[in-house]
Amino acid sequence: MSEYQALSHQGLWKNNAALVQLLGLCPLLAVTGTLINGLGLGLATTLVLIGSNTTVSLVRNLVPNEIRIPIFVMIIAAFVTIVQLLMNAFTFNLYLALGIFIPLIVTNCAIIGRAEAYASKNPVKYAAFDGLMMGIGFSAVLILLGALREVLGYGTLFAGAEFLFGDWARALHITLFETEHNFLLAILPPGAFIGLGLLIAVKNALDRRVEQLISKPQKVIERARVTTES
Amino acid sequence: MKSSVSSSPHQYHQRSTAQLMRLVCYATLPGFAAQLWFFGWGTLIQFLIAATVALVTEAAILECRKQDFEKALSDCSALLTALLLALCLPPLAEWWVTAIGAFFAIAIVKQLYGGLGFNLFNPAMAAYIALLVSFPVAMTSWLPPQELAARGYDLLDACYLIFTGYTAEGYSLNQVRNLADGYTMATPLDSVKTDLSQGFTYTEALTKQPFTDGLGIGWFWINLAYLCGGLFLLKMRAIKWHIPVSMLAAMAVIALILHLSNSDVYPSVMFHLLSGGTMLGAFFIATDPVSASTTDKGRLMYGALIGAWIIIIRTWGGYPDAIAFAVVLTNMAVPLIDYYTRPRTYGHSRSVKKVKKS
Repeated sequence: MSEYQALSHQGLWKNNAALVQLLGLCPLLAVTGTLINGLGLGLATTLVLIGSNTTVSLVRNLVPNEIRIPIFVMIIAAFVTIVQLLMNAFTFNLYLALGIFIPLIVTNCAIIGRAEAYASKNPVKYAAFDGLMMGIGFSAVLILLGALREVLGYGTLFAGAEFLFGDWARALHITLFETEHNFLLAILPPGAFIGLGLLIAVKNALDRRVEQLISKPQKVIERARVTTES
Repeated sequence: MKSSVSSSPHQYHQRSTAQLMRLVCYATLPGFAAQLWFFGWGTLIQFLIAATVALVTEAAILECRKQDFEKALSDCSALLTALLLALCLPPLAEWWVTAIGAFFAIAIVKQLYGGLGFNLFNPAMAAYIALLVSFPVAMTSWLPPQELAARGYDLLDACYLIFTGYTAEGYSLNQVRNLADGYTMATPLDSVKTDLSQGFTYTEALTKQPFTDGLGIGWFWINLAYLCGGLFLLKMRAIKWHIPVSMLAAMAVIALILHLSNSDVYPSVMFHLLSGGTMLGAFFIATDPVSASTTDKGRLMYGALIGAWIIIIRTWGGYPDAIAFAVVLTNMAVPLIDYYTRPRTYGHSRSVKKVKKS
């Protein structure tokens, strides 16, 4: 397996930031009320991850070991500020919907974790790719959880897509069922915890199933038949 | 005299899980009947819906887990969960409320934790909370007792209301809930809470419609009926006395202190003991053998904690009744309670072993 393949596998599945490392749970649980909110935060986090991983990798030989953490945090904070200003400028409604959780990306342990564990020890191209894959893996969980909670809670999908993609995206809006009574449990924080727990359980079950499938083909030993005649 | 020697356990009147569950089901009958008498047929239909969904869910999940579901279904534990849930729901809640509740109780709270005997939380109560948090309006639409209602409803009306939201003549649930003078009525606990928050005194609140002699119409008898059922369970030794007694005692003591300190704001002891789901909670819900504490001393603490939480949440909380929240909150404390109340093993010293400081 090449380095890129290994990084993809780690970031998307085996070492997924949300499902396996359980990092960055605060924004994950707080903003996944709808699919678009999840997607928005996922995109922002991915951008910050790529930027910070690249930069940390670039300066990894210049940074004194003793003060590396403050420097990483400042680099991450700079990228978060960039993303925050961009979202404020181009996707203002989404910026309002995500609120405090955009600046809080600074404290997302998944980002500082990748900077410390991978980017500060590896060349730029790998570090950037690692940021991309970790970001996509994290975003995928955000999107899935957001979709799950939106369908259960409001009965819709892609509500608010126009905030992210512009006016044409109103056409994406799907209403699965209409109800006077929203299923508040799915929308409120408990729904996020239960939903994440279910996703982790599904992932573990899939892993176990795959493991069984791989280890299954055992050699069937044919015993030589020994009789008195032979 | 000849005495036989045998090894432990020495209790020979052993019930199977199914027998115990059925006994508890039978013991709810007086209360169930009282609820049907005062609030109409709705509860019976809710029970049928909840039981169907609970049994189907249990069978489906056990099938997925490749376990024998016929054996598990015959132990009646899912049926008891459905029964307790149905008894707590407003009688004319729409069918999907009940169905979601029963599914949640069995699938999420019971089976995801490993099935019968492994659940941390009381399934019926956790499901009740999920419903109360999700559908606050539907879950607090209690009917007035039938004798006060402007128009009663029969079995057919109940079916129509639960499955379509309207009676056969087209009255909505809110119209059925109206009193003779066109007001809807809250439960006694709700009514007192609202009045107190609007600056009335407790005595003034009791002069309102739902009360006679300071106790809620209907609720008084329902609680007495559950008390009878509970005493029957005690007599049959299906439950131990520790949890109900300590829970009711804790409620009484705290309510008495509060009531004596300011009788305008804090309701009386009798009001607390005989309204809402107090007796159902004390004898049928808090005593759930799986999620309750398992030592005698622990049971006393567990019951007292529930009682304290009930008064605290009823008095200062946002919701009118508190049995479900109190039970589930205390369920969380059960592992800790059990750890600190382990009985002394015969032959060992009483002192708890402490970690040696080096």
